[in-house]
Amino acid sequence: MTLETELRNESPSKLAVRRISKRFSARGRAVHALDDVSLEVSEGEFVCLVGPSGCGKSTLLNMIAGLELPDEGEVLSDGHRINSPGRDRMVMFQESALFPWLDVLGNVLFGLRLKPGLTTAERLDVARFYLKLVGLEKFSHSYIHELSGGMKQRVALARALAPNPRVLLMDEPFAALDALTREQLYGDLQRIWADRRKTIVFVTHNVREAVCLGDRVVLFSPHPGRIREQFHIDLPRPRDINSVSLAEHASEIMSALKQHTTALNGEASE
Amino acid sequence: MKRVTRAVLFFAALIGVWQLVYMAKIWSPVLVPSPLSVARYLESATLDGTLLGATFVTLRRLCLGYVSGVLAGLPLGLLTARFKLMADTLGLIALGLQTLPSVCWVPLSLLWFGQTETAMFFVVVMGTLWSMIIATENGVRNVPPIFARAARTMGSSGLHTWTHVMLPASLPFVVSGMKQGWAFAWRSLMAAEIYVTILSGFGLGHLLHYGRELNAMEQVIGIMLVIIVIGLLADKILFSPWERFLHRRWGTEKA
Repeated sequence: MTLETELRNESPSKLAVRRISKRFSARGRAVHALDDVSLEVSEGEFVCLVGPSGCGKSTLLNMIAGLELPDEGEVLSDGHRINSPGRDRMVMFQESALFPWLDVLGNVLFGLRLKPGLTTAERLDVARFYLKLVGLEKFSHSYIHELSGGMKQRVALARALAPNPRVLLMDEPFAALDALTREQLYGDLQRIWADRRKTIVFVTHNVREAVCLGDRVVLFSPHPGRIREQFHIDLPRPRDINSVSLAEHASEIMSALKQHTTALNGEASE
Repeated sequence: MKRVTRAVLFFAALIGVWQLVYMAKIWSPVLVPSPLSVARYLESATLDGTLLGATFVTLRRLCLGYVSGVLAGLPLGLLTARFKLMADTLGLIALGLQTLPSVCWVPLSLLWFGQTETAMFFVVVMGTLWSMIIATENGVRNVPPIFARAARTMGSSGLHTWTHVMLPASLPFVVSGMKQGWAFAWRSLMAAEIYVTILSGFGLGHLLHYGRELNAMEQVIGIMLVIIVIGLLADKILFSPWERFLHRRWGTEKA
């Protein structure tokens, strides 16, 4: 395999979530994390899952990742049932989950080393390519603790992109960052998504963030986790999180979110 | 350089005080020998080869037992962390035996193995092994679960996860376990050597013992100094590089 074919984009996957339910017990209490949830994500689409904590959005992401299995229903990637993690679906977590015993380059190489069919030199070239893509080529030999929160998430993004997955799964990746860093990363992520055409499922509880990034925003409500409403965001890209039209979309979704939550509280008090 | 000068001055002052105490003749020179007589003893023991020979014998015993203890303890610790059955059995034993001062193995070892090298070896291994198991198990249990999850999504599983994620992630604990194991092994070996004569080789502990038998205080103090220096060197040569590595990578170094 040559470097060029390795760096050529894998075609993005189509995801299908079919009527999944998931229950688990936390501290002795039964939690109904997801109840009969179905969702289709088309090739190369950027979908944001939004909802209050406990609505099962992270659980759903973990199932697409293959880290958890549903009790009922199935998750399909390009028609194949997902039973375990796979190189075609990479995950970015809220904490960067970078390995402190490796330097930046070593972290990006970690997944690549597990990918067969590449020579050591090719792996190095691929890793450097993605570090450059996230703007950190000068920090290849830095240690993880020397990086700022935003840089760590960039490294995590490069690490997730390096094995050339078809799907990128992001679990509140920017939640722990300050506003300014976050805005920079919104720009970077949109640029990289336009360039690398991945199917992205992005979990967040920040509605503006979801509107800024997603083609579609899927609204969840908790106890049990269900999809309440979906919004197509047809704003032109790249989007600026501070623009007025974006704020309008966000406030529309916010009021829908509030409505569902109050409706839910009403149900609970009855 | 400033730090070296400071250290040299400090030790020179210490020896000066010692010399003054000696010259004041408060205690008999049998109890407080002069620094010079200790130096003379060390010189003659070096020249006739007893000191180097004894150091060699002691270090060989120590290294052999220590390396064996570490090599056995590391995988056992990993297994203990991985399997509940191991944690409920070996883990419990390790915890119990680790609280036993390793000197307490000496009588048992002598009864089992007689006055042999094996007895010495056994004592050193017992000093190292349990600390190593406990530290490794502890280290693995303290690895953030997200590391293993992240590794899984990148295609790591089974043995690869253990060698490439769990082991390096628990390194800070493993190194402190190695250090503790070294300290335990070193102390118990000294006790064993003082306790009993083994004809296959005279270690530093034996020289210390004979110093007492012969009422030769300069020998006792001289050998004690040698033992201290070996301990310091072990710390600087064996463990400092590891600790520097960990501090650099994990960012735990104090500014």
